[in-house]
Amino acid sequence: MKATAWMGADSVKVIDVPDPKIMNARDAIVRISTTAICGSDLHLYHGYIPAMRKGDILGHEFMGEVVEVGPQVRNLAPGDRVVVPFPIACGHCSSCQRGLYSVCENSNPNAGIAEKIMGHSPAGIFGYSHLLGGYAGGQAEYARVPFADVGPIKVPDEISDDQAVMLADVFPTGYMGAEMCDIKPGQVIAVWGAGPVGLLAAASARLLGAERVIVIDRYPYRLRLAEEHIDAETINYDEVDVLDTLNEMTAGRGPDACIDAVGLESHHGNAAMYAYDRAKQAARVETERPFALRQAILACRSGGVVSVVGAYGGFVDKFPMGAFMNRSLIMRTGQCHVQRYTRPLLERIQRGEIDPSFIVSHRMPLRDAPKGYKIFQKKQDDCTKVLLKV
Amino acid sequence: MSRVDTVLLPELDGPVPATLPSALGLLSLALGVGALAAPGPVARMTGVDDAPAARPVLTAIGLRELGSAAGLLSGRRPAGWAWSRVAGDAMDLTLLGRALADRSGERRHRVALTTLAIAGITAVDVLAAVRVARARRARARVIRMEIAVTVNRSPAEAYRFWRDMENLPRFMAHLESVRADDLRRSHWIARGPAGKRVEWDAEIIDDQPNKSITWRSLPGTGVANAGRVRFVPAPGDRGTEVRVELRYAPPAGALGRAVAKLFGEEPEQQVRDDLRRFKQVLETGEVVRSDGSPNGISVRQQAMQRPAQPLPASRR
Repeated sequence: MKATAWMGADSVKVIDVPDPKIMNARDAIVRISTTAICGSDLHLYHGYIPAMRKGDILGHEFMGEVVEVGPQVRNLAPGDRVVVPFPIACGHCSSCQRGLYSVCENSNPNAGIAEKIMGHSPAGIFGYSHLLGGYAGGQAEYARVPFADVGPIKVPDEISDDQAVMLADVFPTGYMGAEMCDIKPGQVIAVWGAGPVGLLAAASARLLGAERVIVIDRYPYRLRLAEEHIDAETINYDEVDVLDTLNEMTAGRGPDACIDAVGLESHHGNAAMYAYDRAKQAARVETERPFALRQAILACRSGGVVSVVGAYGGFVDKFPMGAFMNRSLIMRTGQCHVQRYTRPLLERIQRGEIDPSFIVSHRMPLRDAPKGYKIFQKKQDDCTKVLLKV
Repeated sequence: MSRVDTVLLPELDGPVPATLPSALGLLSLALGVGALAAPGPVARMTGVDDAPAARPVLTAIGLRELGSAAGLLSGRRPAGWAWSRVAGDAMDLTLLGRALADRSGERRHRVALTTLAIAGITAVDVLAAVRVARARRARARVIRMEIAVTVNRSPAEAYRFWRDMENLPRFMAHLESVRADDLRRSHWIARGPAGKRVEWDAEIIDDQPNKSITWRSLPGTGVANAGRVRFVPAPGDRGTEVRVELRYAPPAGALGRAVAKLFGEEPEQQVRDDLRRFKQVLETGEVVRSDGSPNGISVRQQAMQRPAQPLPASRR
């Protein structure tokens, strides 16, 4: 089959690899119809995630048709149209049973490596390094889906591929980011990053009853999406000082909750600060550039929530612990426990409360994946989200 | 010393009765007291009563023997004290050799008999010292591990799975098979390096249903080993803490090296992986596989990941 493979930093290729086969009794094989490039795939693309190997198949947002199931899979049958959550979760460990699917205790066969860096191992993730399991990803013609009796859900015909594939990662991730803010009536929610997750976090904050939603980015076309589709207020950090502006907008209180939907490769309006962190990151003295996170902490109302759904992989520098501690802030975070959200969010789409596919800017065939990575990386052609059609 | 040590170590002590150092200590005590309390008769008996230096030398020897006796009877560093006796023997033989050279007649006869007796004692001392040292080295080679994992199953379920010894190879990666001969005894086959197999028989020596299982290899096996697994209810209704204690006593030589290779450089990590697989099998039904780790969790595989792509047909 054809598959998108990581060939080294800034290099992906569509190559020929063997077709996947059932390896465990609870596996399914899915023929992929639509798959997406995630912002977090760009972290891999740039080589910031450790434990990648040349030839690793990328992609953790995908959907398609079940073509084969293992003997223990009874909820699915060949022919079913399904969308697959990006964290691989067994459904039977204590974490899964408490709904913490992205920290499944069994799905990472390379837990030993992850423990050395993170203390304990999170779940395995499709196409996301050997640290997180060494699973082939879904930017391909077929994928093997472990624990198919727990993860994938069937998609009704009236839901389009473009809508359903949002349930693999970005919509649940954005939704969880908003849910962790514990939004109360009258509250102001600020979101750093107007990428797919940030936009869907902002939209979810609206769904969950936020009074005002403020989105921060530097790309006018992305901020426009926030204004047009979410009725959000926007701040372009290339033009104004974010902290001053937020204080003014909230009459000195600061947002009640701040969502970091940026993660480890954040950009900064201050050239000197950016250069400082970029240099440390390049020298591997620090693995992340946490500008958005630092700013979110400083901006947040005292006693408020900082909700982190942007991806981090290692260690951050100059974490404003003083502000965090002295102002009674709360941080909530996690890779999304997608399996918890797929059904309720599918129902919200069915009820017409939201159409998450408003973020999609590009659709192209799988063979054009390298081009998709390039334009997404360079933010060319007003790119927000690239779908690959198989 | 934990319970598992006492289960395993009698076998290690096999060739050297634990009483040997004490027996040597009592011999030293007798000789020392004799030399100090009755130097005259001892000098006459050994044939050196004509030398003016005999009394002070005997006093020195007596004190030395009392020192050795105290050391050997204390039970600390038995190998060192056993060798101290050998050194004392060498000194005595040297003195006797000089005494023999300038004596004749009855005295020469007595000195010769004494020399013979001391030579005999020297042989026993050397043998004992070598054995005590060997046992000490064997004990130092013992690999001890205590590792635990929390499994989201009841103690009864976890116990039941482990109690069927034939299940062990499903999560212990280095085992090829375990055959239960009866309810107590089993035959274990482990995969060694270069396709070599290491086999042994084991028996369950203590079985507390739903609580713990203790087993050890049968005496005479090449790889003395023992283990105990306890199934403790995890606090807060979170399943079972499975706590494993293992002891392996790899023999010296080629077999020992093979066993050492079996466990690699990080034996603890391998047992930890075994327990992770145990958890996977109990919670999910089988060992979890990925493209990078097609055989499931393993330290070795983690270090040498294949690309995350489906396996070629030839490797399935």
